[in-house]
Amino acid sequence: MAELTMVAVLNAALRDALAGDERTLVFGEDVGELGGVFRVTEGLQREFGRERVFNTPIAEAGIAGMCVGLAMAGWRPVAEMQFDGFSYPALDQVISHIAKYRMRTRGRVGMPVVIRIPSFGGIKGKEHHGESPETYYAHTAGLKVVVPADALDAYRLLRLSIDDPDPVIFLEPKSRYWSKVEGEIEALTVDGPSIGEAVVHLPDGNDCTIVTYGAMRARCLEAATTLAEEGIGARVIDLRSLVPLDVDTLTRSVAETGRAVVVHEAPQTLGFGAEIAARIMEEAFDHLEAPVVRVTGPDVPYPPAALEQEYLPSVERIADAVRRTVAY
Amino acid sequence: MRISDIAANDAPMVQLVGPDGIPTGETDVGLSDDGLRDALRLMIRARRLDRECTALQRQGELTVYPPFEGQEAAQVGSALALGPDDFVFPSFRELAAAIVRGVDVVEYLEYHRGTWHGGPYDPIATRFAPICVPVATQIVHAVGWALGAKLDATAACALAYFGDGSASEGDFHEAANIAGVFRAPAILFCQNNGWAISVPLSQQTAAPIADRASGYGFPGVRVDGNDVLAVYAVTKAAVERAHAGDGPTLIEAMTYRIGSHSTADDATRYRDEDEVDVWRARDPIERFRRFLASSDVADDGFVSTCEAEAEAWVAEVRAGITSVGAPPVSEMFDHAFADPPAALLRQREHWIVDG
Repeated sequence: MAELTMVAVLNAALRDALAGDERTLVFGEDVGELGGVFRVTEGLQREFGRERVFNTPIAEAGIAGMCVGLAMAGWRPVAEMQFDGFSYPALDQVISHIAKYRMRTRGRVGMPVVIRIPSFGGIKGKEHHGESPETYYAHTAGLKVVVPADALDAYRLLRLSIDDPDPVIFLEPKSRYWSKVEGEIEALTVDGPSIGEAVVHLPDGNDCTIVTYGAMRARCLEAATTLAEEGIGARVIDLRSLVPLDVDTLTRSVAETGRAVVVHEAPQTLGFGAEIAARIMEEAFDHLEAPVVRVTGPDVPYPPAALEQEYLPSVERIADAVRRTVAY
Repeated sequence: MRISDIAANDAPMVQLVGPDGIPTGETDVGLSDDGLRDALRLMIRARRLDRECTALQRQGELTVYPPFEGQEAAQVGSALALGPDDFVFPSFRELAAAIVRGVDVVEYLEYHRGTWHGGPYDPIATRFAPICVPVATQIVHAVGWALGAKLDATAACALAYFGDGSASEGDFHEAANIAGVFRAPAILFCQNNGWAISVPLSQQTAAPIADRASGYGFPGVRVDGNDVLAVYAVTKAAVERAHAGDGPTLIEAMTYRIGSHSTADDATRYRDEDEVDVWRARDPIERFRRFLASSDVADDGFVSTCEAEAEAWVAEVRAGITSVGAPPVSEMFDHAFADPPAALLRQREHWIVDG
């Protein structure tokens, strides 16, 4: 069986979407000949032509704004922002138009738009290359926000996002781009959990629920393995989609474990962990044996490469948080 | 060599009929006598409705309303030049263009009544995009739509309306640059009305806006925005250029906002009445009326008929819009997503059932 990287799988998802629907377009900065700075679009222009896979000028607001007009003309745009930290010029178009168009037009004009953004830290990137922008989008009503944690799920989530009638912000964890899973490109499938369904890993862990998404899922699973050796059973919920949020799976799990730790890279204040903690308070307060704990980045701008491992939640910090929660 | 300053206000512009109604250029722009009369009829109708809207706002029937008096020729002339498949991307002061394009005016005014946001009419069927308030963002939408039409190999173009203030936004630049790179069939139509709320053109930009087009690799033309024939001719040429696959055009129509920015604004705080008087003398409707009278195309009787017809039509619009009430609360939830997520449905139920 071959080894597949998330980059190769995302590439396959785009290829299959382009082949499956001739209205699908892929565009962004350097996505043509080069295949994107991470090679996610490699070979697609050659295969589908310069009209369906094309470079744009360096104009993030322009790229997002074009999505609106193209969608109105009946196309399904899949746009790439080159990096998290370069996506901010597009926020006005995303917030003011892409998210609001269906509501503004009383449901007449939807925005079947996907904006892919290589996101999060952990790759020794320069400034502006390690940001966690998920809260900006999750707080914008009208958008769906999706974060895959592994290659196989990345295929499923990207295909489902492209097929979705509403706009999806697709945040790709850069630090997992080259992680490998066993599988065959031809066997990739959209079958499985859909957008809005969380997945519970290590469901036998009954002492604590670790809630996470994206690149942090791997660290949470590692922490859970360590904790299991100490006799602490921790299960890991991979949210997969922040909007819609699978509140039921979250509530059910916390009701069973009575304890929860939320893990993400983004700064703590108003990070997505705040929403998770609030939901648990609202829906599962009676089951709680301990306060919900957040393991996050600190409330500082993302640091230089030499310090990023101090910033990111480590396996040890996650395990410690679970230990404290269980001992509470 | 001395490099001299070019003020944004003084640059040559296309004009076919002067303010006194006397031709200053070739007035055969391809419109039949019926077409010419139609342009006058639409401008009269638009002005009558515009004044009614201000009155409706004063009576509490509309929320804030942005009057367009003075800009009738810029909007009617340009909108008349479009083909049935072409798509308009308006800003928020383009009610006259909406009338020309056949948008249901009562539905349009729901936006100003506050019963819905900027797309209460059907944008796809009317080929008139939702009212767009963040200024300049709609120019990019138009270019995206134009690119989509080009990919479909349909001979249709997009026209984006925006103002002199909007042209200072980054989105204007990104849209123009992208339009140039892709040779998109897009018309960037600037209604330069001299004022962006209280900021005059001299504080907005240091050079004619039309001149920017050369920096993007396509033609830019400045036109007398109060000369409906000139606006029609220039826009028609841009439409033909776009339909032929020759790419975008930037049009700067020099006009004037006779009223305030909106009914919530007071232009006397920042603007001399003398300046307004200068522009009243350039009134687009009076100019065209005189021209058509001297050309024996439309006499005073025709104008009276138009005014009476506009009066009756506005009465219908008034009755229509004042009978529109608030939508049910459920509508607040029903259009956020095609398929509302479970958590949102629960919130909806909480709002509606539990109150």
